[in-house]
Amino acid sequence: MTAAVQLPSAPEIWPEAVPYWQGAADGVLMLMRCLACEEHYVHPRPFCPHCGSNRTEWREAQGSGTIYTFTITERAPVFKVPAMVELAEGPIMMTAIVDCEPAEVKIGQPVMVSFCPTDGGAPLPVFRPA
Amino acid sequence: MYPGDAHIVGIYEHPVRKAEGISLAQLHADVARGALEDAGLSVSDVDGYFCGADAPGIGALTMAQYMGLRLRYTDSTETGGSSYIGHVHHAALAIAAGKCNVALITCADNQVASRKFIGLGGVDWRGAPEQPFEDGYLMGPPALYGMVAQRHMYEFGTTSEQLAWVKVAASHHAQHNPNALLRNVVTVDEVLASPYVAAPLRRLDCCVMSDGGGAIVLARPEIASSLARPKVRLRGAGEAVKHNAGGKVDLSYSAGRQSGTAAFAEAGITPADIRYVSLYDSFTITVIMQLEDLGFCAKGEGGRFVADGNLISGSGRLPFNTDGGGLCNNHPGNRGGITKVLEAVRQLRGEAHPAVQVADCSLALAHGTGGSLAGYHGSATAILERV
Repeated sequence: MTAAVQLPSAPEIWPEAVPYWQGAADGVLMLMRCLACEEHYVHPRPFCPHCGSNRTEWREAQGSGTIYTFTITERAPVFKVPAMVELAEGPIMMTAIVDCEPAEVKIGQPVMVSFCPTDGGAPLPVFRPA
Repeated sequence: MYPGDAHIVGIYEHPVRKAEGISLAQLHADVARGALEDAGLSVSDVDGYFCGADAPGIGALTMAQYMGLRLRYTDSTETGGSSYIGHVHHAALAIAAGKCNVALITCADNQVASRKFIGLGGVDWRGAPEQPFEDGYLMGPPALYGMVAQRHMYEFGTTSEQLAWVKVAASHHAQHNPNALLRNVVTVDEVLASPYVAAPLRRLDCCVMSDGGGAIVLARPEIASSLARPKVRLRGAGEAVKHNAGGKVDLSYSAGRQSGTAAFAEAGITPADIRYVSLYDSFTITVIMQLEDLGFCAKGEGGRFVADGNLISGSGRLPFNTDGGGLCNNHPGNRGGITKVLEAVRQLRGEAHPAVQVADCSLALAHGTGGSLAGYHGSATAILERV
């Protein structure tokens, strides 16, 4: 089974992304959504990268998605299965798959968000098999 | 007047692969001198200078003082490993516009000798807004490209054997390059027997890490005609940037699709006219993606295209990276774009190693990818022609 054997370093928190990391601390994946084109997007910024509108809001994501792609890095000190997950809301985000047998991970596999503690900072969103 | 109004008149590749006992500034100066000597020009002829973030200090200003350049045009465009192919494009535009007569491009790095592995030479990632959302997962280049390869296999049925053929072809070429880091010819089975780094990518799917660098000199046609070296002109060029588009990610293609289309349109030719290609080979998957995106084969057919030695000069249908490429020869500062142009020019001049020289090589393509195919990257494509 894979789990973080060493804590990842604490993320640097930009002022525009505070709700993302506060959400992570509370066990919630936060996403930004554009009120003009109604698309969700990553990464957080106070304007929409799709249409340019600055009418945006924070939303709680469902926390579910499917694996878009992944790799297996057996010798990595923290995460053995870096991945990209396609969220139920649409955006694809970089992350890692945990609590899994790397050899059994598949593209298209349903996953749920989880949170990995960091070295003295906000936790990182990761995903585990649903 | 562009693109016929700029010629590549001088090239140089530093033979060093681990640059002990030499500073970064001196490496830039050494490759500049080498390319100017190749052209039959001197430092006093240079009035345009082009460099990426691998140049120390404030780039062009710092190096202008160190090398004693008197400049009326500078360009420090930074697009990762593709920078120098973009510089060729920009230098040709500047020359055609009369903004400079002789343009010098340099690339150099000494990270291996200085043991300061910071990845892309000279780039400081602090402040890059995506870093907190990506860094923590510790995705180095192998993991990022491993994810691209995994997706390519899923969408198109590409196999590990097909990836391996890219490395096999590079190794066949590198055996003839005395400066190449890896000169042993390898087989598909040997690639497949090497350990996984970021599955499905294995150790032999990855490029070398090396020091050194290279330089290119371009000049106005009248100047080129006064020199003794064979003439090579830029016939067409294109550049493009691709990023994660707010999360609308599609890893099946690269920015090469746009830069290649622009370059071929400007050159007025098609991929079938190209006799030799220099393709960015940070990883084997990079080559397969670029062959598709540049139109040498249909999307998804790259794996089948490279199989059975089809990239090997002399026997394959599209010889690539006849210097051994980044996979076997040299990848200074993790910035392979410079060497892509250098080997294309050698082929067009008829100065590649005889064992890998493409017969009657009149049109060549050099293409670079800078950054990450899994994140944001720049692509630059240059179509070069023997005059």
